[in-house]
Amino acid sequence: MSGEPTPLFFQILFFFLGGVLFVASALLVSRLIRPNRPNKQKLTSYESGETPQGNAWIQFNLRFYVLALVFILFEVEVVFLFPWSVVFANKELIAETNGAWGWFAFVEMLIFIFILVLGLAYTWKMGHLDWIKSSPDIKDVESPVPDSLYADLNEKYKHHKVNMP
Amino acid sequence: MSDKKEELIALIRQASDEVTEIANSTPFGVNIKTESLLSVCELLYKNPAAYFDMLSCITGIDNGVEAGTMEVIYHLYSIPLNQSIALKVILPRDNPEVESVSSIWKSANWLEREVCDMFGINFKNHPDLRRILMPADWKGYPLRKDYKHEEYYRNIKIEY
Amino acid sequence: MKGLLDQQFEHGGVIITKVDDLLNWSRLSSLFPMTFGLACCAIEFMSTGSTVYDMDRFGMVPRASPRQSDVMIVSGTVTFKMADRIKQLYEQMSEPRYVISMGSCSNCGGPYWQHGYHVVKGVDRIIPVDVYVPGCPPRPEALLGGILKLHEKIRNESRMKPAAIEQLIEKESHV
Repeated sequence: MSGEPTPLFFQILFFFLGGVLFVASALLVSRLIRPNRPNKQKLTSYESGETPQGNAWIQFNLRFYVLALVFILFEVEVVFLFPWSVVFANKELIAETNGAWGWFAFVEMLIFIFILVLGLAYTWKMGHLDWIKSSPDIKDVESPVPDSLYADLNEKYKHHKVNMP
Repeated sequence: MSDKKEELIALIRQASDEVTEIANSTPFGVNIKTESLLSVCELLYKNPAAYFDMLSCITGIDNGVEAGTMEVIYHLYSIPLNQSIALKVILPRDNPEVESVSSIWKSANWLEREVCDMFGINFKNHPDLRRILMPADWKGYPLRKDYKHEEYYRNIKIEY
Repeated sequence: MKGLLDQQFEHGGVIITKVDDLLNWSRLSSLFPMTFGLACCAIEFMSTGSTVYDMDRFGMVPRASPRQSDVMIVSGTVTFKMADRIKQLYEQMSEPRYVISMGSCSNCGGPYWQHGYHVVKGVDRIIPVDVYVPGCPPRPEALLGGILKLHEKIRNESRMKPAAIEQLIEKESHV
């Protein structure tokens, strides 16, 4: 059993446990000290003083999900870029192959990115990246008064100035 | 100015009987018969000489138990023609009822709710007649001359 | 199990006094008011929070929710329609909680005391009040004075059992 890798795991484990313990102890001390006086009215949900009506589960707009999905895809692409960049600049490999490795890796990555750019162009064109705001629904009122009368009034008061003392 | 008034009175006479001008009123005010309220209002709304497209206010008046009447006053204003008129309707105090004009002017919806809340006047064919200023389960109509409040409202003492 | 700050202690005078000082100081130094502006007094409340009369130097940062606030400053006329909501919001605040009644309307019904059919004659008919600030509306300095009075009240709180009062009551009932 080699001695080198295992202590690192222990370090991470203790770090993680320390973090959990820190938060847990803060919450525990808080629980022991604070006043706890629940009553029925206090435990109702807050709705500006009204009695809460309806479910808190509202329908979310679909565009949040679509955008998150597209983000994940391109995030995975970036994740692939990281190990590639480590291997790309490896001096030994470049020296062994007289520079061919560098070009090969570069072009390979360009092809990879190009395929994903095609995907991006597709989503862009199809309008999946648009953040559409709903337009207000203005109802038309059937008025017996012809619009020209209102237009005349607007004209009359177009340059109206109020005399301020 | 007065011929404009005469024109309007003549116009209103087409839709209602017993049209009398109210003395010393600003703006120019007219008494009309309760039953003809809706036809008068529609006439004033649609006729090109009048074009009263804005209902500014609806006022309720309680004349007391001895007089035995209640009044509802409709203040109309014409935006394109810049003229105002007030229509007054006199109702019996026992069971005050009048047609709702909310089919003509949408602003009448809340204005009539307020008059009903304060005086107890019933507006027929109103889309949504319920209390607007007082709490929904309040008893009594506060602006009536013979209004006396209760002792307690939901266990809160009302009197000072 | 009752929390440590909820209990009342009979012994341990010196420690309790020091803990009391610390607790009371920390509570009064960061009283978060719930924004409960109802009418004209709310404008004075807002100007108390503005630069000239700065409420923030007392540690008071207005919080919108009753769950995160310590003091409810009832500023404005309390109507019967609003009374239910005030009660609900007061119940939804967590202890320790305080109420400042600001202005005549919430102290006693104010100018509507005689003919106001829709006004609750004083918010203390609905919730318990700690400090009353008179005025119509009270000037921001008056509101700050009320807040300082509340600070005094908090400074006098104690975790000790009120043994002297209990003994007095016992003595009186035996006489």
